[in-house]
Amino acid sequence: MSGGVDSSVAAALLVEQGYCVIGVMLRLWAENLTPQPPSLRGKGEARSPLFVGEGLGERLNRCCSLESVHDARAVADKLGIPFYVVNAERPFKEAVVDFFVAEYAAGRTPNPCLMCNRKIRFGYLLDYARTLGAAYLATGHYARVRRDAAGRYQLVRGTDRAKDQSYVLSVLGQAELAQALFPVGEYTKPQVRALAAERGLPTASRVESQDLCFVADGDYRRFLRDWAPKAVRPGPILDRQGRQLGTHRGLPFYTIGQRSGLGIAAPRPLYVLGLDVAHNAVVVGPADELGRDRLTTGPVNWISGQAPAGPFDAQVQIRYRATPAAATVTPLPAGRTEVRFAAPLRDIAPGQAAVFYDDQVCLGGGIIEGTHGWLGHRPATAPRIIE
Amino acid sequence: MIYLDHSATTAVDPRVLEAMAPFWTEAYGNPSSIYGLGRRAAAAVEAARAQVAGVLNCRPAEIVFTGCGTESDNLALRGVGLAQAARGRRHLITTPIEHHAVLHTAADLAEHFDFEVTTLAVDRAGLVDPAAVAAAIRPDTALISVMYANNEVGTVEPLAEIGAIARQHGIPFHTDAVQAGGYLSLDVEALNVDLLALSAHKFHGPKGVGLLYVRQGTRLWPTQTGGGQERGRRAGTENVPHIVGLARALELAQADRTDENARLSALRERLAEGLCARIPDIALSGHPTHRLPGHLSLVIQGAEAEGLLIGLDLAGVAASSGSACASGSPTPSHVLTAMGFSPQEALGALRLTLGRANTETEVDYVVEKLPEIVARVRGMTR
Repeated sequence: MSGGVDSSVAAALLVEQGYCVIGVMLRLWAENLTPQPPSLRGKGEARSPLFVGEGLGERLNRCCSLESVHDARAVADKLGIPFYVVNAERPFKEAVVDFFVAEYAAGRTPNPCLMCNRKIRFGYLLDYARTLGAAYLATGHYARVRRDAAGRYQLVRGTDRAKDQSYVLSVLGQAELAQALFPVGEYTKPQVRALAAERGLPTASRVESQDLCFVADGDYRRFLRDWAPKAVRPGPILDRQGRQLGTHRGLPFYTIGQRSGLGIAAPRPLYVLGLDVAHNAVVVGPADELGRDRLTTGPVNWISGQAPAGPFDAQVQIRYRATPAAATVTPLPAGRTEVRFAAPLRDIAPGQAAVFYDDQVCLGGGIIEGTHGWLGHRPATAPRIIE
Repeated sequence: MIYLDHSATTAVDPRVLEAMAPFWTEAYGNPSSIYGLGRRAAAAVEAARAQVAGVLNCRPAEIVFTGCGTESDNLALRGVGLAQAARGRRHLITTPIEHHAVLHTAADLAEHFDFEVTTLAVDRAGLVDPAAVAAAIRPDTALISVMYANNEVGTVEPLAEIGAIARQHGIPFHTDAVQAGGYLSLDVEALNVDLLALSAHKFHGPKGVGLLYVRQGTRLWPTQTGGGQERGRRAGTENVPHIVGLARALELAQADRTDENARLSALRERLAEGLCARIPDIALSGHPTHRLPGHLSLVIQGAEAEGLLIGLDLAGVAASSGSACASGSPTPSHVLTAMGFSPQEALGALRLTLGRANTETEVDYVVEKLPEIVARVRGMTR
């Protein structure tokens, strides 16, 4: 429970349906904890100087601030259910924050929410719920669970297409879905707000799923400078012929398809085509060199538990809020896939997930490893690009 | 609900509530006022002071009423510490197992007032060696502060011996007696203490009131100044109903303590034996005999306390992992680590503290339930 509208309504609906509900908030790692007492000062990890003296008595992870703990506790009290703050700082730091930093350092654009759902919410917390004797883990996600004719669990987009969160749940498997409940997935956001209002529950949202809850000020570039200074070094901005056009501020400041912020005067607008980690270079080019129609993924999580036997057509989503694009997905050895789009996409970013859909049903997904299929000519002298 | 967290707080005794009752709406005067209503309130405060002095074997004028145990500890350390600093003494001796009310105050004196703090070692049972106190004393030692009984592990420290050493050297000796108030002798002469802190809610009194005993002749700078109440040592209008409640609660707890301690010790033995027989890899922490009677502290290997406490709560049992202040925080107990437990072991600390309302039936229920909970929490994959 976050103290926001979605998880509060989820809990209320379950109580009304007769479930015995236990409210839990995860205490996640945050950049700055409450100020340490003098006797402990100097023993902890180095904190960002930006926050010294700020946030007195407040944790700055926006998923579990002191204020949201109070709100969630008040909701639990109103519903007459127990409420606990479960400490997941260490596993969250290791599985999500360290991963986030390492991915950026490797020139990729990670989605920490996917990792959090896999390792923390439906890993650590589901395990915790089982330990407490709970039969299900319910969250306020906008998604639905169905069973197909064979009895297998399916992950289905939320009724509210605009709020659908199946993308960040595409990491779940049969074992997790068998124990997952998404009570608000059946409703639209306005309906959920109305349900909350009728019950006297909070009607405001806490955080959106794509938010970086552990970055205290929401500025992930500042965060990376503080926590992975080696990954944020200035370097050359090159064109595809290897000519230096300018200097960039550090690879994490750039993502594929990005236009602004290059600080280069050019006759045609320039876009980020790729990041060359080996040379700490940003490679840029005109818009017509941007699109790619193929990508490969790492090992795919197939929600059904079974990899498809051969190529199939699907709608593929390459970012959390991206419009699904028609593509053919071809299984490769070692669980990987190649995805060939019907039309090229301009912003395929390695590190994000490619998530496959059959209409409303989420089939699973994998992390994008690379892209292929330049539309422009690739000169022989082009630097190697980690795409 | 089975309440096994009497070290955290206790229910107010109905007889205490009854004693407090007149002072809310009827005898509500300000004790400083000249008229009858004020005189009645003043008389009640002074009667409470005399009652407390009777228990502590001291003069009523040596009792300072405060807002809580933490305030009492602050007043002792800052009040005596700063008075001594004015005479060039800026050295404190204390232990690593004190409550944060003492530890953080000592750290603050060190950081902002140039004090040096000697933190004595404790043994595996949490005991302080009086010889180590003697060895730590310096010409500029301002104050020695050693707790009476530890909140997390229940160990009772040898105050009389330490106090005798302090007296030989003419150094004020403070004790945080918050956990001892309802169970142990508070005779300041027998204990050789110069300052002693208590909190009413630990012995069936109300929350929001405490006291500090200050031996006559001890130099103490007030940390709160104003209208000169409490002989200038703690300014602020007296909290009359709570002060009356504190005195009544202390009197009641101390009158009953011999019989009640025997009953609690027996219950504790039953609980300890039952759990140790049914849970593998479990250890008792704290001293086996020098300890609070109803206080059981356990170290359960391979099980983090958080899961145990939630499991117990869902089974209707209220318990804690150490000090209530520390719960929700992942830091291993500073008490257990000072006693030589590894941080991993310290995360498996469980504290079950028995009190007045507990029965054998309740103890047996916990003996039956806790082993299942431990087994489930241990089974969590990490």
